[in-house]
Amino acid sequence: MLGRKIARHGLAIVATVLLGGLLSAALMRLAPGFDADEAELDPHLNAASIQALRQARLEQHNIFRFYFHSLQRAAHGDLGTSNSLRQPVSLLLRERAPLTLRLVGIGLLLSWAVAMALALSAAWLRVSAYDALTTVISGTFLCIPAAVLALLSVLWNVPGALAIGLIVFPRVYRFARNLLGKAYSLPHIITARAKGLSELRILFWHVVPVAGPQLLAVAGVSVSIAVGAAIPVEALCGLAGVGQLAWQAALARDLPLLTNLTILVTLVTLLANSGADVIGHILRGHEA
Amino acid sequence: MSISRTNIWRALACAVLLLVVGASLSANWLAPAGYAKQYREAADASPSRQHWLGTDEIGRDRFARVLYGTRISLLLAPAAALLSTLMAALVGGLAGYLGGGWARCAMAVTDLFLSLPWLFLLITVRAVMPLNVSPMVSVLVTFLMLGLLGWTSAARVLCSTAGSLRDSDFVRQAKASGIPRTRLFWIHVLPNLKPVLYAQFWISIPAFILSEANLGILGLGVAEPMPSWGSLLKELEGLVSVGEEPWKFVPLILLVVVVTSFQLVLSKQDEVAA
Repeated sequence: MLGRKIARHGLAIVATVLLGGLLSAALMRLAPGFDADEAELDPHLNAASIQALRQARLEQHNIFRFYFHSLQRAAHGDLGTSNSLRQPVSLLLRERAPLTLRLVGIGLLLSWAVAMALALSAAWLRVSAYDALTTVISGTFLCIPAAVLALLSVLWNVPGALAIGLIVFPRVYRFARNLLGKAYSLPHIITARAKGLSELRILFWHVVPVAGPQLLAVAGVSVSIAVGAAIPVEALCGLAGVGQLAWQAALARDLPLLTNLTILVTLVTLLANSGADVIGHILRGHEA
Repeated sequence: MSISRTNIWRALACAVLLLVVGASLSANWLAPAGYAKQYREAADASPSRQHWLGTDEIGRDRFARVLYGTRISLLLAPAAALLSTLMAALVGGLAGYLGGGWARCAMAVTDLFLSLPWLFLLITVRAVMPLNVSPMVSVLVTFLMLGLLGWTSAARVLCSTAGSLRDSDFVRQAKASGIPRTRLFWIHVLPNLKPVLYAQFWISIPAFILSEANLGILGLGVAEPMPSWGSLLKELEGLVSVGEEPWKFVPLILLVVVVTSFQLVLSKQDEVAA
């Protein structure tokens, strides 16, 4: 059962990534200016060289052939060369991915720590004023654009990971607060409270098993939110990660780089969501 | 009849939205000059009687730019939300109503879109389009893109709602009475999706306002000299400290107030949808 679920997720991931790659390749092919190459303006090139450049681009005219060749090259570790940075895409990704991973990882940890602390305390205390206060705090962060939070982090000299944490935290808080609120209002938990069970026991024995699988799904989604948040944070804080690379590629219309980044980001978010789903399935299996 | 505290907040939110929309629509009369007019002798000036919020680094009146920028963001975000809601109704509603392979196909497309972080998807698609376009074209491209890409999560909700309607008694009865499928969809299914459509429309507006602001700050939104909240917030990039020029935070405060107001109105729509 679990094996089949993992296989189904794996197939869905492969299909989505391949389709996503094809779509971004198609977008790239149809983009205005696709056929233009600055290299043709080089006065040092003679007519034969220019003709050779045009001939080399002819292969890219058929989207499917172009995509198939790109996949073939990617299978051998060749992700192409960035148009704007004139460097192999694989090298750029290798250099920048660790920073983004660290930022997103720390940001996620911070956001979950703050969101769960606030959500749990609000669910425990059940004081309307405190609930309103936490809702206002998270709501305010929700209404500030991610890029503004990134700019403010530069202004206040705050680490980029904290900015990512502040962008992700209100979204996590919202879901966590609702899930925990619902779990705490279940009849068997009210009974457990009436019987005098300690709050910690209620939390770990009765609330977490109820809200856990859904919180895991939120964890999967929060990875996608954090990866998205890394773009403005890295771009505006001057952090040389994958998010900044995506922004630079967008500004320079570096489409080969963007296609690879699209595939990478799709893969990461799908793996996170599927991972959360599979873990949730395992946990539910243990409970049953 | 007692008025609940929530309703007071909602009424206040509606009043704020009306006030802001009214002020932005009256920009031609309220603003001391056009958004592109430069006072070169007073570049980067502090607030004064002539320039209520000072001027930017090339001498344009900031108050005028806030008013015109608000107009652009507040008029075009609902337009984009309308477009995305219509697309969601068409794709999600039809897929849910038809069911089977259609629904699976539509949901596979939405899954594909949803597998990419929203901002990443926006900058990728924006990059495909030319960046050196006229300001008016940049405004249309930005909001059209938001409308054309923002329908996926709404389509998912509508697909499941339409799916449950398809199996409802009144639709079965209508089918048994021989009503053509197209008529059944337009006359019976679509009107029943209205509450969900309203809720999705209201959810999309603040999301699109924030997305435009993010794109603008990253330099991929509305092009100069056209103002929008995104381009106005880009000014914060040059700040050295918060206390130095606090009036530069006015667009941010306005944006937060407007988005909060939309969220408060939104909770009412959620209740209606439920």
